[in-house]
Amino acid sequence: MSLLELKNVTLRFGGLVAVNDVSFNVEEGEVFALVGPNGAGKSTIFNMISRFYTPAEGDIYFEGKSILDREPHDIPSLGIARTFQNIELFEQASVLQNLLVGRHTHRRSNFLTDIIFTPFVRNEERAQREAVEHVIDFLDLQPYREKMIAGLPYGVRKVVEMGRALAIKPKLLLLDEPASGLSVEETRDVAFWIEDIKKVMGITVLMVEHDMHLVSAVSDRVMALADGRMLAIGSPQKVQNDPAVIEAYLGSDHMSGDGEAA
Amino acid sequence: MRIVFKTSYDADIRLFKHNAQAFWYLLLFAIAILLPFIVSEFLIGEATLVLIWAICGMGLMILVGQTGQASLGHAAFMAVGAYSNVIYQENFSLPFVISFPLSGLTAGVAGALVALPTTRLHGIYLAIATLAISVLTEDLIVILEPITGGITGLFAPDVQIFGFTFNRYGNPVELYWLVLGITFIVVYAYRNILRSPIGRAFAAVRDSEVSAKAMGVNVARTKMVAFAVSCTITGLGGALMGHFATVFTHETFNLIISITLLLMIVVGGLGSIHGAFFGAIVVVLLPLLISVSRDAIGAYTGSGSITIPGLESGIFGALLIGFILFEPMGIYGRWLKIRTYFELFPFYRKDMFRRQKSYLKTERTQ
Amino acid sequence: MDILQLIVSGLANGCVYGLIALGFVLIYKATEAVNFAQGDFMMLGAFITLGFTNADYMDLPFWLSVCLAISIMGVLGYLLDLIVLRRMFGQSQVAVVILTIALGFVIRFIAGAIWGHEPQSLESPIASIELRFGGLVLGMDEVWVIIVTVLLTGLLYLFFARTKLGVAMQASSQNQLAAYYMGIPVKRVHSMIWGLSGIVAAIAGILFASKGTIDPTAGLLGIKAFAAAVIGGFGSLPGALLGGIIVGLVEPFAARYMPAGYSQIFPYLILVVMLIVRPHGILSQIQTKKV
Repeated sequence: MSLLELKNVTLRFGGLVAVNDVSFNVEEGEVFALVGPNGAGKSTIFNMISRFYTPAEGDIYFEGKSILDREPHDIPSLGIARTFQNIELFEQASVLQNLLVGRHTHRRSNFLTDIIFTPFVRNEERAQREAVEHVIDFLDLQPYREKMIAGLPYGVRKVVEMGRALAIKPKLLLLDEPASGLSVEETRDVAFWIEDIKKVMGITVLMVEHDMHLVSAVSDRVMALADGRMLAIGSPQKVQNDPAVIEAYLGSDHMSGDGEAA
Repeated sequence: MRIVFKTSYDADIRLFKHNAQAFWYLLLFAIAILLPFIVSEFLIGEATLVLIWAICGMGLMILVGQTGQASLGHAAFMAVGAYSNVIYQENFSLPFVISFPLSGLTAGVAGALVALPTTRLHGIYLAIATLAISVLTEDLIVILEPITGGITGLFAPDVQIFGFTFNRYGNPVELYWLVLGITFIVVYAYRNILRSPIGRAFAAVRDSEVSAKAMGVNVARTKMVAFAVSCTITGLGGALMGHFATVFTHETFNLIISITLLLMIVVGGLGSIHGAFFGAIVVVLLPLLISVSRDAIGAYTGSGSITIPGLESGIFGALLIGFILFEPMGIYGRWLKIRTYFELFPFYRKDMFRRQKSYLKTERTQ
Repeated sequence: MDILQLIVSGLANGCVYGLIALGFVLIYKATEAVNFAQGDFMMLGAFITLGFTNADYMDLPFWLSVCLAISIMGVLGYLLDLIVLRRMFGQSQVAVVILTIALGFVIRFIAGAIWGHEPQSLESPIASIELRFGGLVLGMDEVWVIIVTVLLTGLLYLFFARTKLGVAMQASSQNQLAAYYMGIPVKRVHSMIWGLSGIVAAIAGILFASKGTIDPTAGLLGIKAFAAAVIGGFGSLPGALLGGIIVGLVEPFAARYMPAGYSQIFPYLILVVMLIVRPHGILSQIQTKKV
């Protein structure tokens, strides 16, 4: 059984077909990358897995069960965490608080016990903070622990977002362009972290990324998309050399150079 | 600025950051308790009113400052608190110790019921919906004359706790202490919210609903809880306001009060408990200051005292515009800057609190 | 006949609500700010005209006063955006809401200080003329309100469809960034829209004051206009007028056929139901944010 399975998924916005009959499996323990030009439907697939969108046709299975009857806020407790392409952090809160929100699915207190702050809540809080400290150590976020998000540089925010997703302790991590806008050094850090997330933490990763160096360095399998359709699937080398993929990226002589190339 | 070396997780969980902070707040509380021995009975009455406004303000602050949901109708929940409190006492002969918490609960349930359909609404629509609720409540009070007394209003009996009577005119000092005790409990509950998961869920909803969902926060439910908690606290404040006013009608909790409450917490400083208190001080002291200065001017010019209707709200409005333009963090924000200036003297830099440019967060598709 | 009279007076009220609502919507569409002081703008416009033309004050000719008041309100709206609102750029919608509420407080105070708190009516040449069609008696003032509203709507339509400025306003309301790239001075266009909504408010105020009395709290009428704007659809100009007319028509009928005390809650009841059932109004134009 695959960890995540998309079966003939189609999504339309009005007349536009954003995702057209896409199927793929993500196996437990692998790093799976989605690549393709802008507008290929990669982020849309992410948004369907996190249930912000509902596919018109097809089904999505996680650990063998369909997730289409789930609400967006149920998805993290199933074990799926995600980041956003344009960082969506809680701006007016500290890094620590942002990461603690990631522990929300693990809380067992309710708002009444919270208001009274019973000893139970206090113990829970200690446990949550301990879990978050592991993430802070893993991503070297110690210098920023108390800082407000609103004042942090872009690169750090990207890391905080990844940390917040990791705080959920997911089985599957969806990374939406983890390296976009990062410097070469920062991208290299991201590559190491993805390796460690897979090997040390044992978390399966599904990511969308444009940086082909990063993709070929960390992913086990790659799927290329264009205009909502699957072009090729396989090892990074195989996909990069696939004629259909090259055509979609570069346009070819006999086609009038599709302006959408990334 | 003090560096705190954190050696345990409790360092972030406990109520005060360090012992010096605990000392200052305990000192403040001690002064508040001893206040009746320092100032006149008239000022104690005003201080009681400040505390009541602060309680109502804290209620609204949870909704606006913590959860980011605007409400232009919170006077409606003050009304629910005030009316239900008196009705429980008079019609069901419940004692204050039961009717009072029950009135808060009633307001909380009313808030949750209002929230049920309105949590889908964003920003401006929510503001308008709550505005409509404030207007409707005013009219409903008049329509429900048999239980609310219609336009003649209700008479709030003296507060009775185990045979001991509290009355604004009979023993204002004891009433002040009672209100102070309740204020203390509300502040403690508010602090607990801030340091617990529910407070973080509120902040998550405030800063990014999309992201909150992706973190497993049930946004609609969280908003409902925020409404319920907020309206409970404001309802308790309303119940106290009823006892303080002794007689109240639908006019006591009209739309202007709703709006004043919102403006108050903005002037005080959104998102902090301090803000509710600073705002309450402004709301109570402003009319006092105006009348004092009017008398002074009248005595100086020898023209007798002149009354200008609407002056209060005019000055309040102008004050507010000034704050929004030049100090969006309110009085509390200004206070933080002044404190930091002295703590760091002479190393304070002007740009230390420079506002982060936040760009227009649009709800539309572009 | 009775019903016809109710309809006409409801329509006339509805037109005033609609014009105030139009002011909200103009600003909201262009700048995403909501001007809670629009009702107070209306009140101020009425008082300025009244101050110019009434015999107790300056006793200027009616039409001159109208022109003066309209220009003053236009300039006022423009300056308000230039001096105050522009500083708010990038702050949350709620901050702007609170700012404009405070502005309303200040306007109410200023109007009260200048013109007093007693209800006054505008001395206009159309007041107290009655039109008789058989058994039907219509106030000229009410008919007048309807005619002016129709004319103004037509003019606004032509303005947005035909003039360069109108098209620029539409463009910048639909996509600010794109409009900016196309060389439209978006900020100045915003100020002009504030000016335009000041003008609309002045006209609404003049119509309102010529068919009844006005006092500084008349600005609270803005709340009904809000209901109108939401019912019609907050982003739509025709929707604002439609909503205004619905609210205006519901009121006299509710007052006639409902027990006392119930009638005034009807506009708000419709508003609340509308917000629950169809939050974006009858003529909705706003979609929700993309993830």
